[in-house]
Amino acid sequence: MIAALRAVAPGPHVTVQDGGRRGWRRFGVSGCGAMDMPSLAAANALVGNQPAAPVLEFAHVGGSWEVLADSMRIAVTGGSFGIAVDGVPLQPWRTHRLQRGQLFHIKGAADAVWGYLAVTQGFDLTPELGSCSTHLRSGLGGGRLAEGDTLPLRVASVPVMRERQLVPHARANDPIRVVLGPQDGYFRRDEVEAFLAAKYRVTHRSDRMGSWLDGPALTHSGGFNIVSDGLVPGCIQIPGAGMPVVLMMDCQTIGGYPKLATIVSADLPRFAQCRPGTAVSFTMLEIDAAQILYRGYRTALAAIEQSVREMPERTTLPFWLRAT
Amino acid sequence: MTILRRPDVDRVAAAASITVPPGYPRFAPVGDAALTVEFGNTVSPELNEQVIALDTALAAAELDGIVETVPSYRSLLVCYEPLEISYHKLVAELRHLLARGLPERMRGSTVWHVPVLYEPPHCIDLPEVAWRSGLTEEQVVALHSSVEYVVYTIGYAPGMPYLGGVPAALHLSRRETPRPRIEAGAVMIGGAQGCIVPTTVPSAWYQLGATPLRPFDVSRSDPFLFRPGDRIRFRRVASIEFDDLSRLSFETLLPYIQAHI
Repeated sequence: MIAALRAVAPGPHVTVQDGGRRGWRRFGVSGCGAMDMPSLAAANALVGNQPAAPVLEFAHVGGSWEVLADSMRIAVTGGSFGIAVDGVPLQPWRTHRLQRGQLFHIKGAADAVWGYLAVTQGFDLTPELGSCSTHLRSGLGGGRLAEGDTLPLRVASVPVMRERQLVPHARANDPIRVVLGPQDGYFRRDEVEAFLAAKYRVTHRSDRMGSWLDGPALTHSGGFNIVSDGLVPGCIQIPGAGMPVVLMMDCQTIGGYPKLATIVSADLPRFAQCRPGTAVSFTMLEIDAAQILYRGYRTALAAIEQSVREMPERTTLPFWLRAT
Repeated sequence: MTILRRPDVDRVAAAASITVPPGYPRFAPVGDAALTVEFGNTVSPELNEQVIALDTALAAAELDGIVETVPSYRSLLVCYEPLEISYHKLVAELRHLLARGLPERMRGSTVWHVPVLYEPPHCIDLPEVAWRSGLTEEQVVALHSSVEYVVYTIGYAPGMPYLGGVPAALHLSRRETPRPRIEAGAVMIGGAQGCIVPTTVPSAWYQLGATPLRPFDVSRSDPFLFRPGDRIRFRRVASIEFDDLSRLSFETLLPYIQAHI
């Protein structure tokens, strides 16, 4: 019998994501990958996978899933997502061993947009262009998970053992740090300063490709049509109407609007997790300071694996659900 | 703009010393793990040659910490690993490469002879293009298939070539409302640019026809047909030939569409 996870009633936006595609941007292939890399690493660390292994990423709610394996171990990270298995509440940021036929449901979180569901040994998927990440626009890596879809698992059962947990990494509410450029020269100095002093709201027009902000509009001093050039996630584009758009993981590879600034790697996951309506502001870092910060970010990412702790001797589930 | 330049002339241009507008090349960070080298802010074959030449030189230099590069019309995006090479170190390396003189392109350009059916149901915007440009539909097709295009960059969708060399009479501002679904194989123009659509995309450009060629197919050993610097000629075909070509495997089709220079 196959071992799989079945989408009974998946959330509206569930895709497979991993560390992303490297090396194909020059051919127009978006990098993709998890919107919140530290939460991806945390989910994988909990279940004992490689940090960038493929997981299910969902926006706002995960939906209902059925275990079609003798047993499987899952962990949900990203935020304080409510989870219930057969109606019994479970905690995120820790592992749970589930058994065949059990139904679990992942609800929303007040402190996050993007959630991650990792399973021990991962899903049995074939990478395309070096990654299992879904890119909806091009169809690479499949599409959104729909009702009735099954995701094959690499193992049909997992041993009973101490469950594992970690303390969620704190997300500060500080200004989002950016490096100015590459086209900040299209804006007068006082426009740039006004941008850095302003508060913007994350709007509902936010997805894996980009996030439209609402707040004071910027005026281009040098016109708003540049010759299209390369982009990366985190770039803050200012289209003709002057309202900033932050490009996210599925963004196209080149674009034609001036990029005022680019969010640093350490703060992009935190920005991604801002729910619509959240007020954000931006602060500027010089490139040297940004690269020192980058080192710290990478160190923190690498430390996630070591932060996983075995839980005190206590069963995962109430006795009536306990493994025999 | 004339694109009909001989390839040997191009090679000389690429190997010659750099001539860029004042203030260029310009280096700027794109966040903490990428930077851009801009050679100007116009669409021109000369600037694009320099972008491709620097890209080639950087690949040949095999510097540690280079993750990937994205050559576009007039700038080169370099994604790097800051733990291995800092912004300032990388800028210094790039300046050094530029000062040394850029090499000839290592990979020979390819001329692609792309078969196009300029007929229904594929020529959805041909009447509008004819009307807007003051030409007959026949003249639009004749013009579009009369010149050689150059692939300036690949982007927007996997393997999609941005083409320069669209005849000036066909330069039209883009449609105000994008079409939500343009299918793979669509041959389009927009502004001064042309493209061949690789996967279903929304687009505000004008579709003149379709080709059985697929610029992107993940099942091929090399999924991407085109490279920056390649040249493309559109060859008008009848629907019978279009259907025949559509049935051929990619390997069988390849000799008919490809010529190395």
